[in-house]
Amino acid sequence: MLAFYRRLYPFKSLFTWLNHEHAPTKLFTHREFAFTLQGDVYLRYNSFATPDDLKKQVCAYNPTRFEIGPVYSARPRDKKTVRDAAFSPQLRELVFDIDMSDYDPVRTCCAAADICRRCWQFIAAAVRVLDRALRDQFGYTHLLWVYSGRRGIHLWVSDREALELTDEQRRALVGWLTVIQGGKEMHKKVNVRVGGKSLPPSLAQAYKMLEPVFHELILEDQDVFASEERWQALLHLVPDAVREKLKNAWERDPHRASADKWQNVLDEVDAWKPPARHAASQTQTPAAIKEDIVLQYTYPRLDAEVSKHRNHLLKAPFCVHPKTGRVCVPVDPRTIDRFDPGRVPTVHQLLRELDAAAPPAPSGGGETGEGVGGDKVTAAGEHHADWERTSLKPYVELLDRHARGLMEETRRAKQKMDLSW
Amino acid sequence: MISRRELQATSKDAKPGVVQTHSKYPFRLNFYDRPPVEEITIEQFETAALDRLRVLAEIESCFARNRTFEEMGKVIVGIWDKYLPLHSSTAHLERLEEERRKDHIGHFVLRLAFCRSEDLRRRFVKAETTLFKLRYQSDDHNEREKFLKSRDFDWVVASPEEIQDLITPTSYDPASKSSTYYKVKWTRVPDLVEKRKVVLKGGMAYVPAAEQASIVYQEFQRHLEKDLEATAKALPRLDEDTRLIPILDNLSKGFQAGISSEWAGKTEGQEGLTADMIDEMAYKHYPACMRNLHMALRRDKHLKHFGRLQYGLFLKVLGLSIDEALAFWRKAFSTMQDDKFNKEYRYNIRHSYGLEGKRANYAAMSCQQILMSHEPGSGDSHGCPYRHFSADNLQSALLTMYSDHGLTSQDMPEIMHMVKQKHYHVACTRVFEITHAHQGVKKGEGVGGGESVTHPNQYAARSRELEKKENGDGDVVMQG
Ligand SMILES: [Zn+2]
Repeated sequence: MLAFYRRLYPFKSLFTWLNHEHAPTKLFTHREFAFTLQGDVYLRYNSFATPDDLKKQVCAYNPTRFEIGPVYSARPRDKKTVRDAAFSPQLRELVFDIDMSDYDPVRTCCAAADICRRCWQFIAAAVRVLDRALRDQFGYTHLLWVYSGRRGIHLWVSDREALELTDEQRRALVGWLTVIQGGKEMHKKVNVRVGGKSLPPSLAQAYKMLEPVFHELILEDQDVFASEERWQALLHLVPDAVREKLKNAWERDPHRASADKWQNVLDEVDAWKPPARHAASQTQTPAAIKEDIVLQYTYPRLDAEVSKHRNHLLKAPFCVHPKTGRVCVPVDPRTIDRFDPGRVPTVHQLLRELDAAAPPAPSGGGETGEGVGGDKVTAAGEHHADWERTSLKPYVELLDRHARGLMEETRRAKQKMDLSW
Repeated sequence: MISRRELQATSKDAKPGVVQTHSKYPFRLNFYDRPPVEEITIEQFETAALDRLRVLAEIESCFARNRTFEEMGKVIVGIWDKYLPLHSSTAHLERLEEERRKDHIGHFVLRLAFCRSEDLRRRFVKAETTLFKLRYQSDDHNEREKFLKSRDFDWVVASPEEIQDLITPTSYDPASKSSTYYKVKWTRVPDLVEKRKVVLKGGMAYVPAAEQASIVYQEFQRHLEKDLEATAKALPRLDEDTRLIPILDNLSKGFQAGISSEWAGKTEGQEGLTADMIDEMAYKHYPACMRNLHMALRRDKHLKHFGRLQYGLFLKVLGLSIDEALAFWRKAFSTMQDDKFNKEYRYNIRHSYGLEGKRANYAAMSCQQILMSHEPGSGDSHGCPYRHFSADNLQSALLTMYSDHGLTSQDMPEIMHMVKQKHYHVACTRVFEITHAHQGVKKGEGVGGGESVTHPNQYAARSRELEKKENGDGDVVMQG
């Protein structure tokens, strides 16, 4: 791991992404970093003046991973010496965490911590829906998606307005985006039609994106309704009369394919007449029943707690997952369908690549700007560009492109301020 | 047995305070942009604040008891009519200006008292915003419109084209298609966003006219949060006025205890209550604090100073005459010689009835006073069991006192949870409800009309009232 931190980890890129400009600001210096060391030692409230300092400390601790927290009103490392009232979280990227294990009731290829290209499509669908919602509805533009190294994906939103959200506003935003609710004991987990018969516009948009996913992924690829346990779960989502009828039919013909079972559901639900004065008849229309089922099987399943609080810590991009050895790399949402978690480089593979590659080119030229802290002579900066000679390169470049967008935004904001004076 | 120092009524120091001028209140609703700057006496300062505190404390206790907003409205309207009436401009009352001035002053005094810690600020903002909501909803329609026009809420009415683009494609809610939408940054209406009651586009929330009030509430809350933080920063300067400090301290303590009491001054107990009726009275009608004192008195044949103080005044308000009180205490201290009793106790009992010394009519202690003054020591029996007992002792004491009245160990987790949250009066209220369930008291009804217990005598009086009603009803059934 130490070699990975010393030679490959892109500290400079991480810095510009968090800091939004070249000279360190509070966005970096007042930022909490937390380290997890070997033997589960957990060190909180670290902070650093420069990316070089961060690198030195990381190399000294050689942590199994490190996490990024909020920007506090004082430097986190001074926490013990400032009054409690003077130490509170001020700014924080809006973050999301989607974990594949939340999809266990609706996937058949893998379970628990496992993930493959096939069930990655659930994540891909979630990314498309959330990415679109956050851009269209909330107007955010600086979204960084990061593979978590094992079975999930993180999202970091770095727009200035997102950084400034209070916990109350974060909770509200999560509430707006949350559709799947209720634990194991709750059959119907989609209840979004308060007040109107049709889906709210934001969810109608999501439904349009998810309906094809339901067909391709749930019915065809995963064949979710093959096992009795799974088709029984489906029948809990249709009216009693329909359930009885289909239960009998499917028990007699257990090998009916998922797509055929779904066609049965559609036919029966369409033919079904809600009983007059039925309490739920306001929201229980055939269309609503179908839409809610599609959403329940495909809508993004968020770990809401992660997003609600400014002081929640989240693993830094480019850390290594301790179980898989895979690097938590940024992912381009536009090509998310083609992303294969199994082909993400592992730390061992990267170090082998580095050994096999030619020795570093003589210093100077285009690389200078990439040196940590801009100073190529420091020990920390020595191996700064080694990642360029490994398969980590495209991922670091993705983060750099993203960070350049943020720097451009900061530059424009400053210019505007200058003009307004 | 009662020292003068303990009971002296709050001194009405009428020297003018520091705060000064301004006096136009065109609206019933107020965003409290500017502090009152006219001359205010210390007495006005204190009364305005205490009366407002009663209302806010009741709002807090409504939250603690999980009341719906509608239920809360009913409870609070009754209380603000009493302490903080605020009529609409159409009422043309002479006292209109005075009412609004009191509202204005009370709000700002409490800001001073509650800006000091983050917890107090948070609770104050929640209670004040709720009070504002309740008033907003009860406001005269025209007057409210005028109020809304008087401020810049920074909302834009969305154009018909915008609405058509956003709403029509899915015919989301046909009824609202034709109505007005206000456009604001979504972060200003988080409550509506959370419940998906708006349409979002590019970070702007389109708020249907029916939800317009939410923008106003959020604005009120945001405004108050900001001002409180500023006040907290400025407060050290105010601390130099030493007259205000003890008042502000008491106010914030009162809020923590959950006050609101009209029982302090009352002496309307039962006619013909005699010393030998007290045991039965204690068994049937006492709240835990008094039951505990009574049990200690019977067990030890004695009570220490503050115990006698707390219990003696309670008995007075309960309706025990001076002669019966003397008889009660004489019998209770059964191991004591007449001589000692006459010398050391008789005078104090008569004093507490206003028959000696400065002949003041001393009030019985409210829950707030019991909770906040004279922390009981190890040999003491006074205080509030919900607050001053350990969790184990409280549970077994409550079961000893009330299992005959329907309290069971199954009720304990709920009660102990309230205690843990420091909602002592709420726990006591819940015990009242449980032990009077057989007389038809339902959860949430409290000591009548949803009110929480705020005074031991209020508890006992309500309990006796329920018994009387039950017996009365019983008679009717017998005749029928
Ligand atoms: Zn899989």
